[in-house]
Amino acid sequence: MQFGVFTVGDVTADPTTGWTPSEGERITSMVRIAQKAEEVGLDVFATGEHHNPPFVPSSPTTMLGYVAALTERLILSTATTLITTNDPVKIAEDFAMLQHLAGGRVDLMMGRGNTGPVYPWFGQDIRQGIPLAIENYHLLHRLWREDVVDWEGKFRTPLQSFTSTPRPLDGVPPFVWHGSIRSPEIAEQAAYYGDGFFANHIFWPKEHFIRLINLYRRRFEHYGHGSADQAVVGLGGQVFMRKNSQDAVAEFRPYFDNAPVYGHGPTLEEFAEETPLTVGSPQQVIDRTLKFREYFGDYQRQLFLMDHAGLPLKTVLEQLDLLGEEVVPVLRKEFAALKPAHVPDGPTHAALVQAKDRTEDTESTDNSEVTR
Amino acid sequence: MTPRNLAVVTAGLSQPSSTRLLADRLADATKGVLDGQGDPADVAVVDLRDHAHDLVNAMLTGVPTGDLRWALDSVSGAEGLIAVSPIFNASYSGLFKSFFDVVDADALTGTPVLIGATGGTPRHSLALEHAMRPMFAHLRSIVVPTAVYAASEDWGTGGGTRALTDRIGRAAAELAALVGGRGAPDSTDPFADPTPFSELLAGPE
Repeated sequence: MQFGVFTVGDVTADPTTGWTPSEGERITSMVRIAQKAEEVGLDVFATGEHHNPPFVPSSPTTMLGYVAALTERLILSTATTLITTNDPVKIAEDFAMLQHLAGGRVDLMMGRGNTGPVYPWFGQDIRQGIPLAIENYHLLHRLWREDVVDWEGKFRTPLQSFTSTPRPLDGVPPFVWHGSIRSPEIAEQAAYYGDGFFANHIFWPKEHFIRLINLYRRRFEHYGHGSADQAVVGLGGQVFMRKNSQDAVAEFRPYFDNAPVYGHGPTLEEFAEETPLTVGSPQQVIDRTLKFREYFGDYQRQLFLMDHAGLPLKTVLEQLDLLGEEVVPVLRKEFAALKPAHVPDGPTHAALVQAKDRTEDTESTDNSEVTR
Repeated sequence: MTPRNLAVVTAGLSQPSSTRLLADRLADATKGVLDGQGDPADVAVVDLRDHAHDLVNAMLTGVPTGDLRWALDSVSGAEGLIAVSPIFNASYSGLFKSFFDVVDADALTGTPVLIGATGGTPRHSLALEHAMRPMFAHLRSIVVPTAVYAASEDWGTGGGTRALTDRIGRAAAELAALVGGRGAPDSTDPFADPTPFSELLAGPE
């Protein structure tokens, strides 16, 4: 089981002081948060990709490349990489380059993006969101697995004898998650390739995500990648903690009430009731997170949203201390005790290299169907 | 046989509400016709006044708080819908519109709907035809020909009362005919029965 943080990189005024960080300060904070994630023993840092204010992370591999140089074991990831509006050729190149620089500590999460105007800024159309996600990823998948690609599709100029460089580290492409909050098509896509499925369920009732994840698990088995409970699932989460739960509620409430996404709507208590948001003691966060496993089955990656809504960096770093010291060690132990042996751990480059070596050993004797 | 599911959405704000009164009469009349055909129905009444704050929450965050999830599911799963709003400023009320803005876009496709409205004066009765009927047309619902408008005077004494009762009966019979004539609900569930990846990869067209 892997634990980490994911960030949207919003520039938001602190409602308790009125102070707004500059873009530069926000970017520097994100880097500091990534470093801190490693220091407190977390496994993953994932950044969003946005192309409109008030968000700063438009260029994830630039940021992750910098973080790679400052860290040693942290897995660098995205939440999400826009498979609709980015050229899949550039994604193939950028993330292969990052893989080499980071010694394989890289994976990424595909997402469509739900902001209509972004699509035409990159020459696309949101109404083609699903077909773009399907076609672009199909090309990306090939670019990382075939040295020379001839290709023609609906959305991009054709490729003749194209080689994406650098080739993936050790001949193993980065692990891919497909993120979706709504679309069964994306669960089907993740299942087809045997990739991971990430459900950022922080805004939706769990019943919807149970259906989505169960669909992914069932189809993962259908496409022959293993049993349904071996499918690779990641989940979002959102927490604010203090030793004393009343202190957590009192401190977080002004941030909740004024948050760009859910502010001026439901009360903190109503929202916490309907979504995974947990505001309270570390023990409450532990209990709530263990419940996710009861709803969705054994899963491989838990990412928490910690830095948003104008929370100051100092507070976020204190939250990461609590997460790393009091929550994650307990969760690691509890999840490990509950997980059956045949359920895989969270994906790493080393594990993918091992799996590839095993496949090649069997293939040399039995040259049967493999992803083509 | 399992009873039919009817849903009633009523957007009256006062209590007691003449909008709710009209909604109940339409529901009773429809249920009566279906019972008479040996086709019993259960009725779920969604009184929007109870969900007003949750509707704003859902519009702001997408998260249906409180009992709103139940209300949305009742309407989405209904085999027939009775929708009644007071007429404010020449149209249905904002609360009524807010509810249908939060309902899933495809949830009412093909659903038979009986529309009704109340108002202080009969001069606003055509709001049903120029505002409410087009909204349900947009939602691809099947709206019965008779829409029922009740002005203050219709609740009073005199010849008008009979006219309202007759109109309720006619509209209820039209809705019952559509509900009773329906086969099994369309059971295409994209989560139970996803589009296979080979079809997704082949693309639309």
